[in-house]
Formats: sequence, structure tokens, C-alpha cells
Amino acid sequence: MSTTILPDFHQTIPIDMVGVEERVSRLNKRSIKKESKLQALKLALSMIDHTTLEGKDSPGKMIQLCSKAKRPYAAMPGLPSVAAVCVYPTMVSTAKKALKGSRVKVASVATAFPSGMAPLQVKLDDTKYAVAEGADEVDMVISRGEFLSGNYNFVFDEIASIKDACGSSHLKVILETGELETLENVRKASEIAMVAGADFIKTSTGKISPAATQPVTLVMLEAIRDYYLKTGRMVGMKPAGGIRKAKEALQYLVLVKETLGAEWLTPNWFRFGASSLTNDLLMQIIKQETGIYQSINYFSND
Amino acid sequence: MSEKTKDNVSNQKGGNGVKPTSPNADLKFDFGSFWQYSDAPESSDHIEILDKYDHFIDGEFVKPVKGRYMTSINPSTGKAFTQFAEGTSEDVDNAVKAARKAYTKVWKNLSGKERGKYIYRIARMIQERSRELAITESMDGGKPIRESRDVDVPLAAAYFFYYAGWSDKIEYAFPGRKHESLGVCGQIIPWNFPLLMLAWKIAPALATGNTVVLKPAESTPVTALKFAEICRDAGLPKGVVNIITGAGQTGAALVDHPDVNKIAFTGSTEVGKMIQKSIAGTDKKFTLELGGKGANIIFEDAPLDQAVEGIINAIFFNQGHVCCAGSRLLVQEGIADDLILKLKNRMETLIVGDPLDKNTDIGAINSKSQYDKINNYLQIGLDEGATIYQSSCNLPEEGYYCRPTFFTDVSQSSQIVQEEIFGPVLTIQTFRTPDEAIEKANNTQFGLAGGVWTDKGSKIFNVGSKLRSGVVWANTYNKFDPTSPFGGYKESGIGREGGLHGLKGYLKFKY
Repeated sequence: MSTTILPDFHQTIPIDMVGVEERVSRLNKRSIKKESKLQALKLALSMIDHTTLEGKDSPGKMIQLCSKAKRPYAAMPGLPSVAAVCVYPTMVSTAKKALKGSRVKVASVATAFPSGMAPLQVKLDDTKYAVAEGADEVDMVISRGEFLSGNYNFVFDEIASIKDACGSSHLKVILETGELETLENVRKASEIAMVAGADFIKTSTGKISPAATQPVTLVMLEAIRDYYLKTGRMVGMKPAGGIRKAKEALQYLVLVKETLGAEWLTPNWFRFGASSLTNDLLMQIIKQETGIYQSINYFSND
Repeated sequence: MSEKTKDNVSNQKGGNGVKPTSPNADLKFDFGSFWQYSDAPESSDHIEILDKYDHFIDGEFVKPVKGRYMTSINPSTGKAFTQFAEGTSEDVDNAVKAARKAYTKVWKNLSGKERGKYIYRIARMIQERSRELAITESMDGGKPIRESRDVDVPLAAAYFFYYAGWSDKIEYAFPGRKHESLGVCGQIIPWNFPLLMLAWKIAPALATGNTVVLKPAESTPVTALKFAEICRDAGLPKGVVNIITGAGQTGAALVDHPDVNKIAFTGSTEVGKMIQKSIAGTDKKFTLELGGKGANIIFEDAPLDQAVEGIINAIFFNQGHVCCAGSRLLVQEGIADDLILKLKNRMETLIVGDPLDKNTDIGAINSKSQYDKINNYLQIGLDEGATIYQSSCNLPEEGYYCRPTFFTDVSQSSQIVQEEIFGPVLTIQTFRTPDEAIEKANNTQFGLAGGVWTDKGSKIFNVGSKLRSGVVWANTYNKFDPTSPFGGYKESGIGREGGLHGLKGYLKFKY
């Protein structure tokens, strides 16, 4: 790693919430129709981290999930598969087997997800286990309590250690923005994560409300843009939780397009953490292609 | 950053051996190549535009006495949109007579509550026809449908609603003072916000018991004539609102008419001065809302990304055809490079094109003459040695369009810093201390509007109170509300429109 000067994380970058909301509402006015709509719906589908993070998850459920991930809608063979499945560490090997031969990646949450309330060693072990099981990507959570008490260096060091433990697996850092509460905190946590080595920054675990919101996502995208301009390193973005409708997904893509541009509009640099979004995207794609809405009964729930 | 590095940064040109601000200063974002938005035009099929529009006098549409018509151009194509009557002094006289009769016989004797009913009805009918009015406004004047739909028309209705509410409360508006209405008001409005300026003028005039003769601008008369239809359909007593169309001479005839009690004008400082001269020595009351060269001041502790958005709203709103536009950017030296980079990136995402497309950010320049004027100023800027930056967007082949533009390397004495361009052209200057920012902001003949951007509340009040400007926005720009007074210092005008203050211009105080 080249020599880098760490920024002073105690300095706060001012962010005006009213202004951010106004910008989001202006971006939401973009009218996405016809070909651009179909293109975006398919793009969004290819960016999904199809997720199940429940205590009741079992191998059977996992196989079902992976089958949907590989081929979201059998009746339309040309559709892209989703980007990844996102699961608990104990489910990684099952998912890995079920996805063998496909391009769908396996992402595993780790580091005492979702609270992150565990000692560093436990988190490191959790991460190493997920990686050893074959996880292509690791979704870690930051220590929000430490962050809110101003121990930014603790948060930084923790992310950097997990990054080391990931080896060649990609690291997504979940900020759990719903617990950080202010946009200035979101911006700060984004920077800490990126400087500490995050490959992706991610809004939420999905276990806390509010999960992903567009103002939060915009602030994170702007942090990624500024970091890129400073260092030349691209970082990915993943809003997760609460995105259920195709229309919202398109609004998120507009945010990405007009903040970071075309290079980020690929599953390599942008993901949706979602489960029910997949079916709504499929419904809208079929509506665009055939002109007819299909009943929800035609889409498998998994 | 040390002083030495700072100097290096601000002096660097071409980067010969000088360390740039950032090792990646040349990194670019690609906003265009992938996933282009498909056309999303607002349909205008259902909009009825007549081949020819007449004056609206005494409750009906009447042909001009001399029978002459002028042509309104759709600036997005450069082709004829419709024809409208050219008003002569005879037409003006008829309109003023109708307004006088309506004032004496009907309107001034009506109770405030009754007047309010009509104004509320007009407000509701603007809302009912909002889609039609927005599309017409965009076709006649070139502004993007996003703005006519979300700003012009809803705000116009809001001004009518607001002043309708004052109608029956006028007696209580100024406690301890006694007042009465003026009589016939001659109102002349500009082409940048045709329907909205009409609302700013007509709503308070009617609420206070006056009758009006209004002349819209010659490049954008159609929404005013559709408004005339609304007045007719609302059953407003005949002659209370009269609309006559035409160019400068029609306006002059209205200003010079001896039976007009008040002139309300919004437009250029040059014409404002002419009006003041021609009514000197008469007892006509007047309010003038004239030009501007608003300073938008960005301090280094400002929320920068939101400030960039504010700059965009300040200068590129309505193609920069805004009297209160933030056309002079004053940015604190230390953040100038960062801010300008952010601004350039943001400008690359602006879509310039068909005003009726829902994705258009910047529409067509209102007229050929304004288009020529802006291009002339671009040349003046270059001749003065300023550095120009324009976004790389595509422009339609037909019609009058201008790329969003800013100039750096300008100074306070530059013509493009001193004069109102009235187009999507920003000048960028830097400052080092708050006092220097205030001095630069105030060092102009104008004083209509300004902006202050900082995270620090006390600085907003300190700087804001020292700006000699009728409006100061803090951490935002170009926000309008019927309850808020609006008007200028110095050569930006006399009198206030909007809010409680806006009533005063239409009242005569006995004590």
C-alpha cells in the first residue's frame, strides 16, 4: 500500500439536509420512458444482491433462493441473472454449491451482523470463516456505538483489520445509516470506510428502520465521487433495505448516473440489497416487453 | 495547506511543473455515453391555440381599432406560434375607459368578501387549467415544462389564493391607518415569467379594490389571453381586468394615459427610467421592479454540494432570464478550485433542449433579440480576457439555445460583471474575507437579490444584513412565496410586491 495521509475524521463536512432533499426530488423528476426504461429495469435486475437474512434460513431455502438468482424468470430466458445472493456465513457453502457454474456471486454478512456488538477477534473469525467457506464478498457492519461516541480511529482500525482478513474477497462496509441519523455522520462514516479500504459502502442491514433512503444514498455517492477525485480509486455503492418497487430502483439509478456517471452503472460498482424488488422488476420488464401486466401469481416468491 | 502552496494553486496555468490541486484533477466522469434518457415530451395535442388573439376589453375579446396584428414566435423552433393584436392608443383608451367604468360602478363598491370570492375563483380556475397554462407558457416563451409545471403556474395560483385571503381583511392590514383603493392601474409585465408576473400584479390590485389594464410582453402574450378567458369564465364583472397586447408603444400609451392612477412595471432598468421620466409631474403612483446582478456568496464553511446546486438554481433557472438571478458567484479563495470542479461536473448533467421534454433542464432563449444579446455578451467577455467554460451538451439544430456558461478571470470592473446579461451566463470571482465579499456584492448599480452560503448561522445574519439587496437567500436561491415581499434597492426598483408589503403599492393612505 502506498503512503497515504489519513484525513482528520474529527473535521465535519457540512451537509445541508434541505438541500440534499431538494436535489433528490429534482432527480426524481427525470422521466424514464420507453427504451431507457427497459434498459434500466434490466440493469437494475442485474445489480440485485438477492438477500435472505433470517434466523429460519435453511439449506433448502438457500437452494431455492439461488435458483431464482441464476434464472429469475424461466419464461424469459434472455434476462440477466442477479449479481449475487447475500446470506449468513453458515449458508455460504450451500449457496456456493447451488450457484456453481453461474456468474452469480455469494456475499456473506459477517462481523456479528447485524449489531456488530462483539469483540474484534470474534468479528475476524466470523469474516475468515465466511471467506474460507467461499464467500466472494463480505458485508461487514461498523461499530455504530463507537462511531457515535467519536472513536473514529477505532472504527477505522476495525474496518482495516476486517479488510485484511477478507484477503481477495471484496469488502462491503455497512454503515447502518438509520442509526447514524445525520447526513454529516453518513458522510463521515463513508470516508472512514473508504480510506480504511472498503470496496463498497452500503447503507443498511435491513434490520433497522429507516434502511436505505435516497438522500442518504446521494450523500454516499457524493462521498465516493470526492474520494475518487482525490485518490483515483473507485468505490462501489449498495443501498440496501426498503427498496421494493421498480420505480424506486430507477430513481436510484438516476442518482448514480448523474453523480458518478456511466462507469458506476454496472453490477461491479452498484448493487441493490433487496429481496422483493426482483419480482417487481420482472413484472415491469414483462409489462414493457409485452404491454400486459402479469398477475403476481406468475412470479415465484423466493 | 500552506500559503505557498495556495499561491501555486491559484497561479497555476497549464500546470507546467506546478503541483496541481489534486493528483487526479483531470479525472472525468462520463455522464452521457450509457443509458441516455429517451424523449419524454409533454403532449401539446390537446392545447387549443387560436390563430389570432384579440384584446380583452370590458369583458370581451375585441379586435384592435387599427386592425393590426403581431406574431408571437415559439423560440424552441424559431417559427410563428400565433398572432395577437397590436394595441394603439385608441385601444388603450378603450381599455382604460372600461376599467374606469368598472371601478366606479362596480368594483370599488363591492365588499371585500365579494371581491375575494372572485379572486378565489380565479385561483381555482388557474389550478384547473394548470396543465394547459404550463404547456402554453413553455411553447410561447421557451421555458422548460419542468419549471412552468412546477413553479410558474402553481405559484401564480398561490399568489391569487394569498391575495384573495387579504380581500376582506384589508381594513386590518395596517392598524391605525386609513386607506382606500387607487382606481385604474396600468400594469406592464415582462416575458420571463409571463403568467406569474401577471399574478404578482393583478392579484393584489384586485384584492385592494382596483381595476386593471395589463399589457403582457410582445414575445409572450398567450397565457395572459388565456387568463382573460378565465376572468370571463369566472364571471368577473366586465372591465375589472382588461388585457391589451402590443410592444413598447402600447406600453407607452398606457403609461401616458391621463386617467391611469398607477403604473406597475416589471422589466429592464432602462425602460423603468423612461417610465419614471414620463410620469414625472403627474400624480400617478408607481412601483418598478427592474434589473439585477445578484451576488451569490459561498463561504468555505458552506455545504459545498448543496451550494453547487444553489449556483445551478441561481443562474440556470429559466435560462437565466431572471431579474433576481445569482449571476455573480463570489467564492472564498481557498475552496474556489474544488467548487469550480464540482460545478463543471454538475453542469455536464444539465440537459438543454426541447422545452416540452420533461427531462429538459434548460429550454430555449426567449427571443432572437435576447439570443443575440447574450451572444454579444459572450464575445465581450472573451474580448475582456475572461476565461470561458461551457458544458459540452448537444443543442437542437433549430431554435435559440445557449449552453450553460461561466467566466473566470473576471474582475469587478469587467463589463460582464457589471451589466445584466439575462442569460445562462455566470461570472466567478473570488474573495478572501467576509468584508471583501460584502464590498464586491454591493459594488454594483443593482440591488435586487443575493445569496449567502455558510454552515454558520451568525455569519448568515451578519453578512445578509450588510448586503444592499431587497432579497437575501441563505443556503438556498430563487425561492418565491406569496407571503414574502420582493423588490429592489438602487436601480433594481422601487416598491415591494408580495406579502403584506405588496398591498401598500395599491393603496392610498389617508393617514
